[in-house]
Amino acid sequence: MLKKRITATLVVKDGIVVQSIGFKRYLPIGKPAIAIEYLNSWGIDEIIILDISATAKGRIPDYEMIRNSSFKCYVPLTVGGGISDIKHIKELMQCGSDKISLNHTAIIQSDLIKHAAEIFGNQCVVVSIDAVKTSDGYRVYDYLTQKALSITPAEMAKKSEELGAGEILINSVERDGSYLGYDKLLINSVCNEISIPVIVCGGAKNAKDMIDVLQNTSASAASASNFFHFTEHSVNITKAKIFSKINVRLETHADYRDCAFDENCRLVKKDDKVLEDMLYMRIEKEII
Amino acid sequence: MNKPTIVIIDYGIGNTHSVSNAIKYLDYKNIIISDDENIIHKADALILPGVGAFEECIGNLKNRKLDIILNEAVIVNKKPILGICVGMQLMATYSEENGLHNGLDWIKGSVKKINVPKPLAVPHVGWNDVSNKNESILFNSNPENANFYFDHSYHFVCDEQYVSGYCDYGTRITAAVERENIFGVQFHPEKSQNNGLKLFRSFFNSI
Repeated sequence: MLKKRITATLVVKDGIVVQSIGFKRYLPIGKPAIAIEYLNSWGIDEIIILDISATAKGRIPDYEMIRNSSFKCYVPLTVGGGISDIKHIKELMQCGSDKISLNHTAIIQSDLIKHAAEIFGNQCVVVSIDAVKTSDGYRVYDYLTQKALSITPAEMAKKSEELGAGEILINSVERDGSYLGYDKLLINSVCNEISIPVIVCGGAKNAKDMIDVLQNTSASAASASNFFHFTEHSVNITKAKIFSKINVRLETHADYRDCAFDENCRLVKKDDKVLEDMLYMRIEKEII
Repeated sequence: MNKPTIVIIDYGIGNTHSVSNAIKYLDYKNIIISDDENIIHKADALILPGVGAFEECIGNLKNRKLDIILNEAVIVNKKPILGICVGMQLMATYSEENGLHNGLDWIKGSVKKINVPKPLAVPHVGWNDVSNKNESILFNSNPENANFYFDHSYHFVCDEQYVSGYCDYGTRITAAVERENIFGVQFHPEKSQNNGLKLFRSFFNSI
């Protein structure tokens, strides 16, 4: 059966991966190529790279950055930021991206969704929707003007599906970088309206939040941007915890299947006896 | 073959760079992305990559006369070819994606929309386990039921004798086809980490 996906969203600002908090504060993390190489070797299922400075500065996508970053990417790479024309998509596909993501362009130039789907197939077109909570309920948020629009995320998702989008990426402004967990109410409002896969983002603190959202909504992928960056083997450890409850892919050599976790989903130290036995264990690198 | 020349067919759309990155990992040096007739005829193995809508892809192939060139290379000269995703679907007799469109007709069958009830989403996106037939060449380096990355709304319905792997997504989806020197996979081996790299290795080892 199809597995649920655990994906990483890399927010890139001026060529550097950043930690994003509430769509307002940005802390530098490092180079995209290095983040991608590590996420790959730790067994991530998919990577989404969003260049938030491209459209804001009237720039086209940073092809060189994508070419360098994708070199060691053996999982699907979705690229967003600065795409406003079919030729941008063509060029990106020749730089190592496998899918593209439209956000601001999907709002102001929605015919590009249709046009891109006709050429590259709907599976290639992801529409990324940022949502904000208002006194009238959820609304689509335009990160460039920093304003809530009149359309709801569910309406926007439905419209995108009709135009030919193959997936929806839904993010929450309030939950971004908050570690408060995913906004399930928002996610369900979108999932209930459409029949294409939904990737959710914004608010994940650890594996528990991912299990919660995958069990209690019909999202097909849970994404995190921030917490994967700060610990060694963050992806395989998170997936090992999720694996106990949900069918996810767990195939890295170090799969942490036999490990215990504390209430914050951190690894519990193994017994001294076990560690002693592991001391001289020889691990052969798999040759393909 | 020790140092095969591998040509990734460039027909204007398709994630050619991703495919080339994955094959480079396996240490093959002679990898060319091209639509040139002479280069294609000198290749030891061909890859027909795919990320695109059927109509656009077959139209692009024809515009570049690649349908004729590939027919000669694959059907007459029996060069091994691996089609990926829509690259495999192009080998069918016809596709129903956005109207009826003829394919290369190398493997009799048609490409139809995936029809599954909710809550299953279409496109079929993500990692799914593939059951393969024992005699399959493509899967001989992979463990049984290895998972691969799928991303498609249409699937290839063809005669059972050509199916070498399939997966379950509410309905049976053809995951791989093999017919003499013609191979095709619905999933993306270039994006399926080690399982995909092993599949490429099996393909190149077979030539």
